[in-house]
Amino acid sequence: MAEAVLPAPAPAPVVRPKVSRDDWAMRAFIGVIGLYLVVTLALPLYTMMSKSVRDHDGAFTGLANYIAYFSTPALTHSIWNSLQIATITTLITVTVGFTFAYALTRSCIPLKGLFQSITMIPILVPSLLPGIALVYLFGNQGLIKEALFGHSIYGPIGIVIAEVFFTLPHAIIILIASLSIADARLYEAAVALRASRPRIFFTVTLPGCRYGLISAAFVVFTLAITDFGAPKVIGGDFNVLATDVYKQVIGQQNFEMGAVVSVVLLIPAVLAFAVDRVVQRRQVALLSASAVALEPKPQRGFDTAMLGFCILVSIFLAGMLGVCQYAALVKFYPYDLSWGLWNYDFDVMDGGGWDSYWNSIRLAGWTAVIGTVVIFSGAWLVEKGRGFRAGRTLFQFLAMMPMAVPGLVLGLAYIFFFNHPDNPLGFLYHTMAILVISTIVHFYTVAHLTAVTALKQMDPEFESVSASLKAPFYKTFWRVTVPVCLPAILDIVIYLFVNAMTTVSAVVFLYGPDTTLASVAVLNMDDAGDIAPAAAMGMMIFYTAASVRLVHFFVAKFLQRRTQAWRRR
Amino acid sequence: MKPGTPGNIIRRVVTAAVAAVAAAVSLALAATASAATLTVYTAVEAEDLKRYAARFNEDHPDIEIKWVRDSTGIVTAKLLAEKDNPKADVIWGLAATSLLLMKSEGMLHPYKPKGIEKLDPKFIDKDDPPTWTGMDAWVAAICVNTVEQGKHGFPTPTSWKDLTKSEYKGHVAMPNPNSSGTGFLDVSSWLQMFGEEGGWQFMDALHENIHHYTHSGSKPCKQAARGEVPIGVSFAFRGAKSKAKGAPIDIIIPSEGIGWDMEATAIVEGTKNLEAAKTLVDWSITEKANMLYNEGYAVIAIQALAKPVEHFPEGIVEAMIDNDFEFAANNRRRILAEWQKRYDSKSEAK
Repeated sequence: MAEAVLPAPAPAPVVRPKVSRDDWAMRAFIGVIGLYLVVTLALPLYTMMSKSVRDHDGAFTGLANYIAYFSTPALTHSIWNSLQIATITTLITVTVGFTFAYALTRSCIPLKGLFQSITMIPILVPSLLPGIALVYLFGNQGLIKEALFGHSIYGPIGIVIAEVFFTLPHAIIILIASLSIADARLYEAAVALRASRPRIFFTVTLPGCRYGLISAAFVVFTLAITDFGAPKVIGGDFNVLATDVYKQVIGQQNFEMGAVVSVVLLIPAVLAFAVDRVVQRRQVALLSASAVALEPKPQRGFDTAMLGFCILVSIFLAGMLGVCQYAALVKFYPYDLSWGLWNYDFDVMDGGGWDSYWNSIRLAGWTAVIGTVVIFSGAWLVEKGRGFRAGRTLFQFLAMMPMAVPGLVLGLAYIFFFNHPDNPLGFLYHTMAILVISTIVHFYTVAHLTAVTALKQMDPEFESVSASLKAPFYKTFWRVTVPVCLPAILDIVIYLFVNAMTTVSAVVFLYGPDTTLASVAVLNMDDAGDIAPAAAMGMMIFYTAASVRLVHFFVAKFLQRRTQAWRRR
Repeated sequence: MKPGTPGNIIRRVVTAAVAAVAAAVSLALAATASAATLTVYTAVEAEDLKRYAARFNEDHPDIEIKWVRDSTGIVTAKLLAEKDNPKADVIWGLAATSLLLMKSEGMLHPYKPKGIEKLDPKFIDKDDPPTWTGMDAWVAAICVNTVEQGKHGFPTPTSWKDLTKSEYKGHVAMPNPNSSGTGFLDVSSWLQMFGEEGGWQFMDALHENIHHYTHSGSKPCKQAARGEVPIGVSFAFRGAKSKAKGAPIDIIIPSEGIGWDMEATAIVEGTKNLEAAKTLVDWSITEKANMLYNEGYAVIAIQALAKPVEHFPEGIVEAMIDNDFEFAANNRRRILAEWQKRYDSKSEAK
């Protein structure tokens, strides 16, 4: 893809190696990973969707279910609600996320590492946790409920706050990746041409991270519209599409209507995908082989403002967490505020007790290791592969799909697909393996985008040069691509690990007697009204994910010193 | 080849991949263990499950129980989704309404357990041989937070109709029947007690006082226990448990009568462990088992054995309406659709 958009004055013929054994090997790999996505994503979804055009007994009824859906105002009203929530969340999250990422990459504020770690808090907790924190903060017995001036936290206000909390790190990851690679020569040129600072911002900075901004917006939008944890805990009677799926499936056991709502929920994803394709065609590789890394220079006023902003956002993020820890340690809020560990006695609660905690750690480990190998290889093949355009486009489409698929739908689709009596893969059902597979697929998109963003910023000259030197593709991959992209790869590892720790919706239908999970326990305990133990288990997940994140931080720092020296002047 | 060369790396990657596949397969196989293991789906409270298994194992140490526990809605959805290829051997402790649904789908294996004649007839499926047997009844109740009551200064409600009075406006939480079995139990009991028209009129008035609807049946009472709402429409068992933990609540049995449902037991059609499943179901209706249920529930299948349960209000058995489960099961979809039309779009976008 990148060949087509090389800057105009590039030397005319791109070095074209012959269709070699390499190319066939790469095509075979694309085929294998593509097949993996077809079996673990497309086929289950197809099974699920075919439910939406059938009646309860499985007879084909055409659009009857859809007609029933669209003639029920109570249901269609949720479409509007969902779009509203997702749009407001996107506007807030992308604005805040961009400013934050900008502060971390383009200003000289102190404690950047600390700020960046704090922004990772939300991905270290289940999406139910911000909802729980909001109940303690703004609920009817809330610590600071007066701050809402009589508005109820149960409803759109609560959902948007929780979704901003939940989606912020996803936006920040993408925007930092996008902002941290800039060619200092462009800025030097702009300054030499006496461009004003706003002009530089609008003509150099924004266009440079345009792709990141649009990716972030579409990731946040789809996350917000498909998330079910936040609206479930704090949504009150404000219906959104994701909770409608839950109500249809769990409450009414109406799988057909649940499938219809899921199809409605898929539409924004298709639109987002179309936008993504259009933008991507215009994307230009920023980091040419001769680029010079940009280093911000101190400017007192700007740096102070940025520092203030980062502190505010950090207080919001850390505060929510602190409230949950407080809730977990208090015996019986608000009537008995003595401190202790009563709420950690998970074995007498719903959700599988402490066993589920250990299961979650196993799930997270497997998902991180296997998922990173699969996803990064896939992204690399699709970005840097030569020829086989149709296959790569199809693959790209498959890789984008999971973002739009609500976990609940994925989980149900898995039951229908993997538990079908004729499916030879049926032995996977109720095992840790199926949890791993579904979790990798569920979180494929952001990890894939992280890899793609990193890979896009590598000049295709690297490949061209090594191909002209007759280096086999795997050698370029291992000696150049992997080291250059190592920060992104480590981000993918940690992203998959923590999401596997925190995910609820996809796995709620898939866990078996031996594979109960901590995150599902949070859901079940909150669902039963045991909100304090739910907060306690949520905090256990947080501490685990945070420790692993800390290890990641030091490993990354060590490896960065070894492999990223070229980025420094 | 030297370490670090591509061939070496590929070999290592392949080895890792093979190991991963092998691990996945072994994980998969581990789930299909010996014949003396029963997979039992249940909605019984988690804190009681270990006790249930332990008591059963006192008499049958050779049969191991693997629990799959979830809320009533999720277990039901899971069982229905697995209809063509069931994983459960036995269902022990799920709403009779759910079991009726499964019965109509032909998912249950009819079996007449030994000693069934001792059970109260309303705890037995009407078919012969029956497809399910009841364990205990869980009954609707109102949980009132006495601390919050003091703050707001409203009188204690004594009937369902009381809840529609203006002094309770915005103070009541109840489960949404579209996502909660308890919510449906409430709605179907009101329709049976007040008649179709009167029932909807009552709910119209109640709707005006509702602060929010929850997705789970126990949540309104637990929220009342924490003072998140002053009044929660829930079930007595939950209220008693919260009260035992020190929550400042009163559990009210409304004077008109209360809806109820049973926790029940059934064998899943197609189980590969039929003999062990029969053993478990036989045990599930013994006196010993009933005494076990009585530790949490006031009303059990062999009511003669029942002892009062701490914190349970008086007069539950008398207040239980003559619940028509067939009515509830047959009209479920229609009632839920009507409820949804009337109340589910309560919140308008702001």
